Amino acid sequence: MALSIVHRATGLALYFGTLLLAWWLIAAATGPTAYANVQAFTGSAIGKLIVFGYTWALMHHLCSGIRHFVWDLGYGFKANEREALTWGALVAGIALTVLVWIIAYAVGGGR
Amino acid sequence: MSGPSSMRTPLERVRGLGSAHTGTSDFWRQRLTAVAMTLLIVPVIVVVIMLIGRNHAGAAQILGSIPIAIILLLFIVASTWHMKIGMQVVIEDYIHNEKLKIASVMANNFFCVAVALASIYAILKLSSGV
Repeated sequence: MALSIVHRATGLALYFGTLLLAWWLIAAATGPTAYANVQAFTGSAIGKLIVFGYTWALMHHLCSGIRHFVWDLGYGFKANEREALTWGALVAGIALTVLVWIIAYAVGGGR
Repeated sequence: MSGPSSMRTPLERVRGLGSAHTGTSDFWRQRLTAVAMTLLIVPVIVVVIMLIGRNHAGAAQILGSIPIAIILLLFIVASTWHMKIGMQVVIEDYIHNEKLKIASVMANNFFCVAVALASIYAILKLSSGV
C-alpha cells in the first residue's frame, strides 16, 4: 500500500479548496446577495460534489495525518502495523465523511 | 554570533540547519499546526453544520458570535500556515529549475497569506457587525 501520495494529493486539493471556504466567509461579510450566490453554488449538483469531495479530502488527510503522528512518536513501523494504520486511515476517512454528511442532512436538511 | 569575527567555523554555523537553512522549524510548525487542526476539527465541523440552510442574516449572526469567530480564526491561522509549508515541500520536491522554484515558493506565500487575510478580515467584519 502506498497511500503517501494520496495524503499529498488530498493536501493539494484542500489547498485550492480553501478558496471555497474563503469565498463563503467573504460572501457572508459582504451581504445577502453575495451569500445567496455561494448557497446557489454549494446547492447545485457540481457544488455538492465539490463540497463532498472536499469533506473526504479533509477527513482522509486528517486520518492519514494522525497516522503520521503515530510514526513521528516512533510507533507502528512493523510491516503489519504500517498496513493496519494505512488501511485504518483509508476506512476511517471514508466513514467520517459519510458520518459528517449524515449529520449535516439530519441537522440542516430541514432548514 | 555568526558575524565575520565569530570563532565558529562555517561548517559549525550551518550544521543541523539543512538545505533550507532554517533547520527543523518548518517540520515543527507543520506538526504544531496539524495538532491544532486535529483539536479544532470537531468544533469547526459543528459550526459549518450549524450554518447549513440558513439565510444570510442567520449565518452572519452565528459567524459573528465571539466563540465561533475565535474557533474559526484559530483554524484559519493553523490551516493557511500548514498549507504554506505543505505546498512548499511539494514545490521543492518537484520543481528543480531554480528560478521557477523561487517564483512558485513566492506565489505559494502570496496565495496563503491572501487566503488567510481575506478570511480573517471577513470574520472580523462579521464580528464588528458592520
